[in-house]
Amino acid sequence: MAKHPTSLLLAGILSVLLACVMGAAWANDAAPAADNPALEARMLTIASELRCLVCQNQTIADSHAELAVDLRRQVREMLQAGKTDQEITDYMTARYGDFVLYRPPFKAITALLWLGPAAMVVIGLGSLFIVLRRRSRMAADQFEPEEPSAAPDHPSS
Amino acid sequence: MKYLKFLLPMGIFLVLVLFLGAGLKLDPKEVPSPLIGKPAPAFALARLDAPEQKIARDDLLGQVWMLNVWASWCVACRQEHPLLVEFSKAKTLPIYGLNYKDQRAAGLKWLADFGNPYTASLSDLDGRVGIDFGVYGVPETFIIDREGVVRFKHIGPVTPEVIRTQIEPLVRKLNG
Repeated sequence: MAKHPTSLLLAGILSVLLACVMGAAWANDAAPAADNPALEARMLTIASELRCLVCQNQTIADSHAELAVDLRRQVREMLQAGKTDQEITDYMTARYGDFVLYRPPFKAITALLWLGPAAMVVIGLGSLFIVLRRRSRMAADQFEPEEPSAAPDHPSS
Repeated sequence: MKYLKFLLPMGIFLVLVLFLGAGLKLDPKEVPSPLIGKPAPAFALARLDAPEQKIARDDLLGQVWMLNVWASWCVACRQEHPLLVEFSKAKTLPIYGLNYKDQRAAGLKWLADFGNPYTASLSDLDGRVGIDFGVYGVPETFIIDREGVVRFKHIGPVTPEVIRTQIEPLVRKLNG
């Protein structure tokens, strides 16, 4: 392909410029991640266990709320300072309470939350078992006969 | 035994109604603060109107005071503000403002436009003191006692009811 050398040069300069602009814009957004990917990954693991209190059903890792951005920065800085995951979690609960944790600790106040679903399953299966056992002990004549065209009217009425 | 068949579902239904009814009354935005009964977090922040002067938590010991978190970008603060201005005239207690993640000029203009109920406002430019206080929904209001212990927190705009039924009795108790 025979292209004019100057237009090729121009295209080259333009693409370099574009790359610089795009690169700068992108780097602005993700600068911390580029610094230390391992730390950023750890930060996101911790942040994904923390509730964003502004937007309640999102984690701090997911949320774009300003508080979530600040708290991600806080977690990042604490990791850089060599704090353990537990210390960071304690720091957050000291400020925002257990509500900030997606997996709150087991306490008297959270017992219903943790045991409720299991209790529901036990109650449900238990009553199903009792009903079925009682039915299996009933004599056959206590059930309505299986006749497809028994009576014109409803049998029980 | 005969009635159990009817009473049991009825009972379960009533329990469910009680739980759902209680759930309706709860505001999921109002998360109980773990700070109540604990010493207020330490801070040393520049005054909004005089940045060269710093105010620290320990400067405020020995008096019952209110910390009101506000910002010029906060719409609900605008709604709350006239009430605070009115409340400050009663001089029930000193009100300190925490100008949360705001720009100094915008904060000062806001006070000039809408009135200044604050003894002083503190600049929390990057929101770190806000994090220490567990702030997540501006405006927020704290009452701190003479020993520097947080006694009360209200999330969202303060209402005349909150002032009358909660803040005023508490301040009387703490001062009495």
